[in-house]
Amino acid sequence: MTILTEGKDGPVILSPDQVEELGAALDALRARVVDDLGERDRDYIYNIIKTQRGFEIAGRGLMYLGFLPPFWLAGVAALGVSKILDNMEIGHNVMHGQYDWMRERGINSREFDWDTVCPADQWKHSHNYMHHTYTNIVDMDRDIGYGILRIDEAQKWNPYYLGNPLYAFLLMTFFEWGVMLHDLEADNIIKGKRKWSDIKPLLKGQGKKAGKQVLKDYVMFPALTGPLFLSTLAGNAAANLVRNVWTYSIIFCGHFPSGVQTFSKEETEVETRGEWYVRQMLGSANINGSRLFHIMSGNLSHQIEHHLFPDIPANRYPEIAPEVKALAEKYGLPYNTGRFSKQIGSVWAKIFQLSVPDRFVKRAPKPGVIVMRNRKATEVGV
Amino acid sequence: MVGLIDLVQTLTTPHPLDRYLELVNPGLTARELRAEITHVSHAVPGSVTLTLRASRQWRGHAAGQYVQIGVSINGVRHTRCYSPIDPESRGERYLQLTVKAHPGGLVSNYLHANAKPGMVVDLAPASGVFHLPERRPDKVLLISGGSGITPVLSMLRTLDAEGYTGQVTFLHYARQPEMVPHRAELSSIAQRRANFRIEYRYPVEPGTVIDGETSTGSGFFDYDELERAAPWFADAQTFVCGPPPLMRAVHTIFEAEGLQDRVLSEEFTLTTVPADPSEATGTVTFSGSDVAADNTGATLLEQAEASGLTPEYGCRMGICFSCTATKVSGCTRNVRTGELDADPDKPIQICINAPVGDVDIAL
Ligand code: FES
Repeated sequence: MTILTEGKDGPVILSPDQVEELGAALDALRARVVDDLGERDRDYIYNIIKTQRGFEIAGRGLMYLGFLPPFWLAGVAALGVSKILDNMEIGHNVMHGQYDWMRERGINSREFDWDTVCPADQWKHSHNYMHHTYTNIVDMDRDIGYGILRIDEAQKWNPYYLGNPLYAFLLMTFFEWGVMLHDLEADNIIKGKRKWSDIKPLLKGQGKKAGKQVLKDYVMFPALTGPLFLSTLAGNAAANLVRNVWTYSIIFCGHFPSGVQTFSKEETEVETRGEWYVRQMLGSANINGSRLFHIMSGNLSHQIEHHLFPDIPANRYPEIAPEVKALAEKYGLPYNTGRFSKQIGSVWAKIFQLSVPDRFVKRAPKPGVIVMRNRKATEVGV
Repeated sequence: MVGLIDLVQTLTTPHPLDRYLELVNPGLTARELRAEITHVSHAVPGSVTLTLRASRQWRGHAAGQYVQIGVSINGVRHTRCYSPIDPESRGERYLQLTVKAHPGGLVSNYLHANAKPGMVVDLAPASGVFHLPERRPDKVLLISGGSGITPVLSMLRTLDAEGYTGQVTFLHYARQPEMVPHRAELSSIAQRRANFRIEYRYPVEPGTVIDGETSTGSGFFDYDELERAAPWFADAQTFVCGPPPLMRAVHTIFEAEGLQDRVLSEEFTLTTVPADPSEATGTVTFSGSDVAADNTGATLLEQAEASGLTPEYGCRMGICFSCTATKVSGCTRNVRTGELDADPDKPIQICINAPVGDVDIAL
């Protein structure tokens, strides 16, 4: 395989040997981290869990003073932080199996469930399996547009996509419900590619999980505050909204800012481990930020490191990032990173641009990576 | 109580209530069984006796059964089985374990070096069929070797506590007299009960004087030993627990006598890494579905499928964790990294792990 990318100084070509070399370097990096896992990582995740529980209890408690606006707001903020931590730095990462090696009953990928309406097993299928195995392969990775949006040029435009920004806004607002429905592949049912009977068990699981979540946030806790029922209900809904907007934003920064590469089924049909790594690197984007920012984003601000090593504990991503970046530089591969405002800005710009037919938008040429099989000549002529 | 826990749990959903309680105090649980170490004694060199106070979920043990203890060592929770040595009980929340620090035994060495009063450990309910029957037999022969003494000690103490009037012989094999745990307890039983015969054997030359006694016989178990210690063994219920050579010797004799169904035995084995991990030997047992097949050297997922099973999987390349299953026992090799793993009761990804020798996987 030859990989060619359009760098500042012209095309960059990686020989098959270089790709395997890069793969071996990443394997070695992984092995070093895995060898070193221990008490420190255990303390880290338990500290995060303790913090999350603290915010949760504070948030629920503050709702009893919800008749005073500053307390209501503080309650929403505390509960929002709690839900963000639960979903991102804890839930997402634990369900990836990052802490399975600890063999703890409470924090392993088999048993953990998170504080959102999406059942853990369904998310693990759509995310851990489909998204992480087929990252950025159009028509395979359903995170490309979630079956609703046009987020890549390779998706053919049709008039439905005029609503792209609106769909994106709704998806952001109701993100936890969008994530819940993800594994249903509703668009494929409409297209007749999927049978109703396939989704019945999924719907059942969703009803069960969502029912419990709704009961807790919108019935039980409000009822426990008695006369403040409505104020607590609104507070809990606001906390869920805060979490939805934040997680949507961080997740969309992971694969959709400009400069991120998508792939076709054909070019990724047979991949070596090295090629798989290269695809993960080219298909992901990071966000720069402080330590707190990384924690609040579940370290998905290190999406590149996460996609290379989805099962390594998240607190290790910032530590290995410089090494991954150095490897990218060594082989001339892009290491897509930027401020949050830049990354999310470019995501929304893309959502708007892609809502109209391609001929109306002048787009900068994509820094394309061309994967060539069997050293056959392509239109680039290499 | 249960109703109340359920109600509170709807508020902590989706997390179980214990995930909150353990942050306040690991010994405080709504559902899970745990135990606090209340007393630690190093009376016998190389082993430690722990007294545990179990949480209220504890249901006691039958004499001879074992429990599972879980401790976190360098960030990883390890579990091992030990037999309580105290008499059978139902209501008591205390139990005692004697743990011998085996060379290379991770958990036993850890407990030997680090167990302190106040430490909280995981505990699983007592289980195992190696225990005294509900209706006590008229004659009981107990044979143990090394750390295999623990379950039979519980049997002996139970019979003592119940004022058992039948015949009991207890024959224990140890390397040296100092290595016999709970000797004081044993001698006091022997003194109090004329119908209890308690004897120790050390594998030494006949005629050697140990503890003021002249050793007779070879110091190993054989037919003469049996005849001498319990001439009525054919009418007794026999329990044996110890290292494999001892167990083999007992079984050979009982089989020759046609008495194999009068012996119950329990073996404490340690999994060891086979010499050549690349060679495909042994049997793969899928204990969840009662299937066993010769190890072909392929990954466990492939071997399970070849045996007609349909385990869950996703990526088949070790990233999605859809295929995680519990390895009950045996050694596996990570086909990507070459890493070997002989830890029992461990969740592993079957798509990237191949068995090395005999492996039992809960599929
Ligand atoms: S099938 Fe994905 S980790 Fe084994």
